[in-house]
Amino acid sequence: MRPNKVRAVAVKEFRQAARDPLTLAMLLGLPTMMLLLYGYALNFDVRHIRLAIEDRDKTAASRDLGAAFVNSGYFDLVADLPAGADLERLTERRQAQAILVIPETYGRDVAAGRTARVQLVIDGADANTATTVLGYASAITAQVDVEVGRSHLVRSGGAGGGGGAGRTSAPLAPIDYEPRVWYNPELKSTQFLVPGLIGFILMLIAVLSTALSVVREKERGTMEQLRVSSLSAGELLVGKTIPYLSISLAATAIILLAARVLFGVVVRGSYLDLFAVTLLYLVGALGLGLLVSSVAESQAMAFQLGAATSMLPSILLSGFIFPIRAMPVAVRALTYAVPARYFLVVLRGVILKGAGLAPYLADLAFLLVYALVVLGLAFARLTRKEV
Amino acid sequence: MYGLWRVIVKELFQLRHDRKMIPVLVAGPLIQMLALGYAANTDVDRIPTLLVDQDRTPASRALVDRFTGSGYFALVGAVATPDQVEPWLVNGSAQVALVIPGGYGEDVAAGPAGHPPRVQVLADGTDANSAVVGLGYASRILAEVGAELARRPATAGAGRTSGSSATATAAGGIELVPRVWYNPDLKSRWFYVPAVLAMVLMLVVMMMPSMAVVREKEIGTLEQIIVTPLAPWQLIVGKLAPFVVIGLVDLLLATGLARWLFGVPLRGSLTLLVLLTLLYLLNTLGLGLLVSTLVNTQQQAMMFSAFVVMVPMIYLSGLIFPIENMPHPIQIVTYAVPVRYYANIIRGIFLRGSGLAALWPDALALLGIGTLLLVLASRRFRKSLD
Repeated sequence: MRPNKVRAVAVKEFRQAARDPLTLAMLLGLPTMMLLLYGYALNFDVRHIRLAIEDRDKTAASRDLGAAFVNSGYFDLVADLPAGADLERLTERRQAQAILVIPETYGRDVAAGRTARVQLVIDGADANTATTVLGYASAITAQVDVEVGRSHLVRSGGAGGGGGAGRTSAPLAPIDYEPRVWYNPELKSTQFLVPGLIGFILMLIAVLSTALSVVREKERGTMEQLRVSSLSAGELLVGKTIPYLSISLAATAIILLAARVLFGVVVRGSYLDLFAVTLLYLVGALGLGLLVSSVAESQAMAFQLGAATSMLPSILLSGFIFPIRAMPVAVRALTYAVPARYFLVVLRGVILKGAGLAPYLADLAFLLVYALVVLGLAFARLTRKEV
Repeated sequence: MYGLWRVIVKELFQLRHDRKMIPVLVAGPLIQMLALGYAANTDVDRIPTLLVDQDRTPASRALVDRFTGSGYFALVGAVATPDQVEPWLVNGSAQVALVIPGGYGEDVAAGPAGHPPRVQVLADGTDANSAVVGLGYASRILAEVGAELARRPATAGAGRTSGSSATATAAGGIELVPRVWYNPDLKSRWFYVPAVLAMVLMLVVMMMPSMAVVREKEIGTLEQIIVTPLAPWQLIVGKLAPFVVIGLVDLLLATGLARWLFGVPLRGSLTLLVLLTLLYLLNTLGLGLLVSTLVNTQQQAMMFSAFVVMVPMIYLSGLIFPIENMPHPIQIVTYAVPVRYYANIIRGIFLRGSGLAALWPDALALLGIGTLLLVLASRRFRKSLD
């Protein structure tokens, strides 16, 4: 392989890329846009749940229960329903996401110390929100339950004694529960998003740009011209991939910088580790791009193939958005062939946990094997065609 | 009318000629539907949990049983002290650690009068979604246990806690009876599969037409068509019509998959779904045509439709992230995103079994925005022809 030939091809590719500023701007602007969207607009923190209350009891106790829901800050009261209202109509028009139905006997049951049943109707069409709503509602009910129980305790003058009335009004949690979240204490999605986004963007740029740039030459017939030149296949391919390697690294830098400036996400581990693992991942991605280009004959096809083999898996099968544990076994088996899966584990470790590479040797080994296999296949296919 | 027919026939011929595109247009969406349908699942259960039980009393073991018995947490190991937790969280072998400090059992035995028993839950926050759900489950379990503890002495009188306390579910208390409509098992797949359908349709019926138009620009055949006596509208409708057919075929295939493979119920009417999908296709075609007037090469067309149009629209449509959770100014922006209305329609028809009585505002919005987009795109397109 002759360095000056490789350089000549790389320079030509760079010029061609620079002549299409729109594409370049999209490639480099996309990461920032996605980061902004995720950082400001998208999250799973469920608040302002539209709640309707059908209070058939209308006693002080039932009003307390309703107030506990509204005062929790999670629910917005949208309607006070008369008894026997058409609940289905409300949920179907999405006017209410949850409806609390308090039966006539509620106040009497609570006063008598009997089990009081209240019903909560939840619109399950959005399963995620519904799960969260259910969690909030159970916690609120349990809290009210404790307060009711304690006032009983005081009234009946049972156990404990002492304390006086002043203490009972302060709701003491019966279990002092202390949740602590490591690495991402505020549970911000941007924190866990940054590694996933890097994994996705790199795949996208490396695979799609490489594949498209090779297939474009096929489509326009300039590939033949390159072949009759004195370039070897290796020189041509290495030269063609260098520009996209640089663009990908630039995109990574942009993501890290934007994440730091906009959201204060700091790389806790070493930049050298980060660079090393990114390079390893990129080599595999570029290899995949070349492999796609050896199969596809038109740009439309290269795009579809590239999207199917790189973009979708690195979003869906990498653990970026959807936890791998929740997938069916067959799909989980498939994730072992997705390099983003390993890359993400290492990136999260280096960026968020401040770990070195030592705990992740197995993941790195997988990435290396993947890169070698894909590159080997791509070279075999592309050089065989030449003959 | 005859001219229009000729353009449609030409487009269909071209599709047949381009053999490799047919599988891409039909199989592609199916594969996406399968991959997305199977992968898109955010049900969090059996969270790998590390146990740090420094108490080792019947009470602490009962608490651990409550966690594992819920099905949400699965023990993967146990260590003696909290400082041994870190390596487990770093390499991901545990996502949550349940820490029960010494003295828990005593505090439980002392009842509400004494010091409240302490429990700590450590979570790996790098996957924020799972962590939120996991902590939610934990607080639910602890709230239940706490309520039982608080109620116990009130009904058991002053009787000192005996061994049977853990099993004695006292009478009294408030019981929440949840009834989840439309998706009683809260399967997240039922939420995602209709969303995937909307995305797949957008991918095919927006990106493909934009590329088809730009391709003619690139090859230079668009000029040849322009010098024919075709009216611009005939050209536009003729070029777009085949994609409506492809879109409807994809819709039916995807609906079949959703219904029979993923078990998502189709509670509303299929006819209504097809009709309202036609309104949605107006929007995607309008967007596709609009993109084709903004770019010059196929590569640009793909990137532009995928990243500048599709990604933001899908994110701001409520298909994945609920619109209610967004900041208010962004919520206003979502009203301009046609996918938002289709998301309501598709979930309404599939899960809630809604009819036109509930969905007419969404249908009207799709019709309005779609017409606007198509008119705008056609005018730009015609101008680019002159």
